[in-house]
Amino acid sequence: MDAASTTAHIVENANLGLAVMIPLFGALVVMTMKNHPNLREFISSCASILLFIIVLSFIPALKAGQTLVYPIFHLLPGLSITLRADGMSMIFAMVASSLWVIAVFYSMGYMRAHDEPCQTRFNACFALAIFGAIGVSLSDNLFTLYLFYEIVSICTYPLVAHHQDAEGYAGGRKYIIYLTTTAKMFLLPAMILIYVLVGNLDFPHDIFTGMFPADTKSWVIVMLYIFCILGFAKNGIMPLHHWLPGAMVAPTPVSALLHAVAVVKVGVFCTTRTMLYVFGVNTMDMLNLGIPTAYFVSFTILMASVIALSKDNLKARLAYSTVSQLSYIILGVALLTPHAINGGLIHIVNHGFSKITLFFCAGAIFIATHKKNISEMSGLGRTMPFTFGAFAVASLSMIGAPPVAGFVTKWYLLVGSMEAHQIGILLVLIASTVLNVGYFAPVTYKAFFGKRPEGEVETGIHEAPLSMLIPILIAVTVSVVIGIYPNFMMQFVEMVTG
Amino acid sequence: MDCLLINEGFPLLSFLIFLPLAGAFVLFFFSSESFARLWTLAVTTLAALATLPLISGFDTTTAKYQFAEAHTWIPQLNINYIVGVDGISILLVILTTFIMPLCVLASWKYIKTRVTAFMFCLLIMETSMLGVFMSLDFVLFYVLWEFMLIPMYMLIAIWGGPRKIYASIKFFLYTLAGSILLLVAIIALYLKNGSCFIPDMMWQNYSTTFQILVFLAFFLAFAIKVPMFPFHTWLPAAHVEAPTAGSVILASVLLKMGTYGMLRFCLPITPEATFALAPYILWLSIAGIIYGGFTALAQNDMKKLIAYSSVGHMGFVTLGIFVLNTRGVEGAIIQMINHGVTTGALFLCVGMIYERTHSRELSVAQGCGKYMPWYATFLVIFSLSSFGFPGTNSFIGEFLIIAGAFEFNKTLALASIPGAVLAAAYMLRMLQKVVYGTENNPDQSHLKDLSVREIAVLTPFLIFVFWIGLGPQPFMDIIHVSVANLLDQLHGWQQAQDVAAVFLQ
Repeated sequence: MDAASTTAHIVENANLGLAVMIPLFGALVVMTMKNHPNLREFISSCASILLFIIVLSFIPALKAGQTLVYPIFHLLPGLSITLRADGMSMIFAMVASSLWVIAVFYSMGYMRAHDEPCQTRFNACFALAIFGAIGVSLSDNLFTLYLFYEIVSICTYPLVAHHQDAEGYAGGRKYIIYLTTTAKMFLLPAMILIYVLVGNLDFPHDIFTGMFPADTKSWVIVMLYIFCILGFAKNGIMPLHHWLPGAMVAPTPVSALLHAVAVVKVGVFCTTRTMLYVFGVNTMDMLNLGIPTAYFVSFTILMASVIALSKDNLKARLAYSTVSQLSYIILGVALLTPHAINGGLIHIVNHGFSKITLFFCAGAIFIATHKKNISEMSGLGRTMPFTFGAFAVASLSMIGAPPVAGFVTKWYLLVGSMEAHQIGILLVLIASTVLNVGYFAPVTYKAFFGKRPEGEVETGIHEAPLSMLIPILIAVTVSVVIGIYPNFMMQFVEMVTG
Repeated sequence: MDCLLINEGFPLLSFLIFLPLAGAFVLFFFSSESFARLWTLAVTTLAALATLPLISGFDTTTAKYQFAEAHTWIPQLNINYIVGVDGISILLVILTTFIMPLCVLASWKYIKTRVTAFMFCLLIMETSMLGVFMSLDFVLFYVLWEFMLIPMYMLIAIWGGPRKIYASIKFFLYTLAGSILLLVAIIALYLKNGSCFIPDMMWQNYSTTFQILVFLAFFLAFAIKVPMFPFHTWLPAAHVEAPTAGSVILASVLLKMGTYGMLRFCLPITPEATFALAPYILWLSIAGIIYGGFTALAQNDMKKLIAYSSVGHMGFVTLGIFVLNTRGVEGAIIQMINHGVTTGALFLCVGMIYERTHSRELSVAQGCGKYMPWYATFLVIFSLSSFGFPGTNSFIGEFLIIAGAFEFNKTLALASIPGAVLAAAYMLRMLQKVVYGTENNPDQSHLKDLSVREIAVLTPFLIFVFWIGLGPQPFMDIIHVSVANLLDQLHGWQQAQDVAAVFLQ
């Protein structure tokens, strides 16, 4: 594709700015609503629905082959805050905006049922985290990406430390230290060095060329690549994943948001965006960066699954499952074949809907029974059939069984690993599937077929409130629908891989 | 004197210099404290407004000294009253006039004793600070440079905290020791040139030994003022004991005189020595960045924490200056302004807590965010700005400086990165303590949130944090031509030397 034909399809669209402003403005309004809880939640839900509609409104233009851009601030030559909507950004923007709608309703139910303190701050920070996530998804250059990445780090700290007890502060401290240190230590110098080498930080419009001029020394590119992979610690690659289980002290809607949408997905989105658009498939192929990365994250896939097996706390098990699943996304992109990249990127969507279902279920179980440990959940499936039913379906998605969403990912990844002639990766995927079954199947099995502990009162336990149950059912339905009919989201993925 | 652009008409720079001085003498005749406050506010605001025509009339296409004025002062010794501003100094002039009315407002209730004398000192300070940035005659520069010590000494020694005598004497002795060497260097240069006109001294072919000696004398004086590690020990003491307005002036303006001096004198007057000694200074800057960061991380006194953070931030400025390329030097100048804005605002924030709790200890301020949401909001924004959060002013400065360092030497640039990490660490630690605290916070329910006056003091800082952070181009335009000219001459001079060396062989 020559330069003229690419630039012809770039269209300025102010709605991009609106998409970013809605959650920010929503957060500011929510902050003033301390004494009006109903109005506050009304504003949150309106903002979320409005954002979703705006994101949807980009689809026709993208289908027509356009790329939307909107420059906001021009800082220095080659350094600007600019937004862009292309196939890749739509993958994440769709997930973030649609899950926000579901999460707002769910957290309304959870926070009220649990009578949590500081709900205004919670709602405002929740919206700010979405502001960051949408900003990340719509970034047109590395600086904008970095800016919103940092906004997400800062704005989610109050959510992690929400309970303001010793445990909350400890989790919050670990969280912020891991995320800001890695970003400053690796990302900041990498970004500045790229700026010095290239003269700007703008992403190209295809995944092959990358940003670097031909005469850049290869050791510099390799160093920058390692810095970028380590710098986006939100992607949960071991050994920089410790913040994630630590952040489990947060209320469950936050964990759901953290794990399915705002934080970890920001991490993997940034990582894959950088791999494909800053370095580019050609450069990564030439310097042979892909396969080592794939094997590096394979360790995380297997190790995190093994750790998950050993966790009895449901949220902790889900957290390690997230660590493992995130690396699928990076693995797929690192294989650099079209099918593998498709599989990696579509997993952003698939994992998002399935994992948020699992966390929502964990929260619903906690609200209904005050139980956190899997060993205490024997037999609960009969009293909470919808919750555990949804849990079972979503865990099938994690395992990668048809017809749930995760199957699509597995299919593409397996094909991709064969395309890349990597038997090792194929074996990793198979082993990981077995491990997934190992830690998800017992939860469902015990819930439906296990016996309630002797002497425990059966009465008083029933399904969580409807405001929690409905979001769960919506999320799990979407997980199934995108498993059966993946083309709607795949069209964006295919815009990326061409 | 063709480097001067002498404007016909109103002598704006002299007006700016003498207005606060005249205002100070009016205070002799009135003893009312409320009059002193209002009068000083009026005078400093007038000075701030008088810089507006300076900005609008400034020609960004020339590197010459603008708004220049030249008058004979001591003809026998060829010493003259010559003032002018260029892209390097004009932002510092604006920063000074902008900070002063806010300092007066911040001292409105803080200073309860000898108010008239306090205001007198502030006005005298303003005159000498503006004079330092505008002087183009070395004797005039030196007189004002030294003169500034006296009001600053009094600000600390009279209105300071418990150890004010120790702190003020330490401040005085350190800066005076540096200044003596500066005077020696000035006299040496005067004997060589027979003139005290600063541009006449630049780009001359002094011998290598002479340059090295003059450079070292300059450098010591300026490094103490900045302060660069290891000459920084007076700073935490002075900051901790000084009243809020004193800390703000010290951090925002006085420290900049050191780095301004390096840019204005070291580079053009002693270029050979600059090239020879720059590597050492760069690594000294890195040491300061890391040292300042670690020390700030260990502080429990908020003012000390910010004082040590200044050592780190000013390390970035000297780093930017001595990489000797456009990005580095432009970043350094922007960072000087940023540090003035952000650190000034942070000192004001600490002062506001001190007025309420009479303590600067983090443990006493713990958890006050709950009862002071406005205060917490301002503190969060200024702290984020201080550690270079993208979108705020300091990010632009650090970005340019590190970019300049990468152009110069990749190892050097990477070595400065831990400083950025540490900055985030100590600032977030402070924020966490003040806004959240621990599970056992002291009872803060008696604390009142910010008053309208206090919000009015902090808001202008907020505007500059985001203005420089999101739209720095107007500021870059102002400094660009002067910096480009300075560096062209510097590198041109070096090439000329290389050519000469080839011929001599």
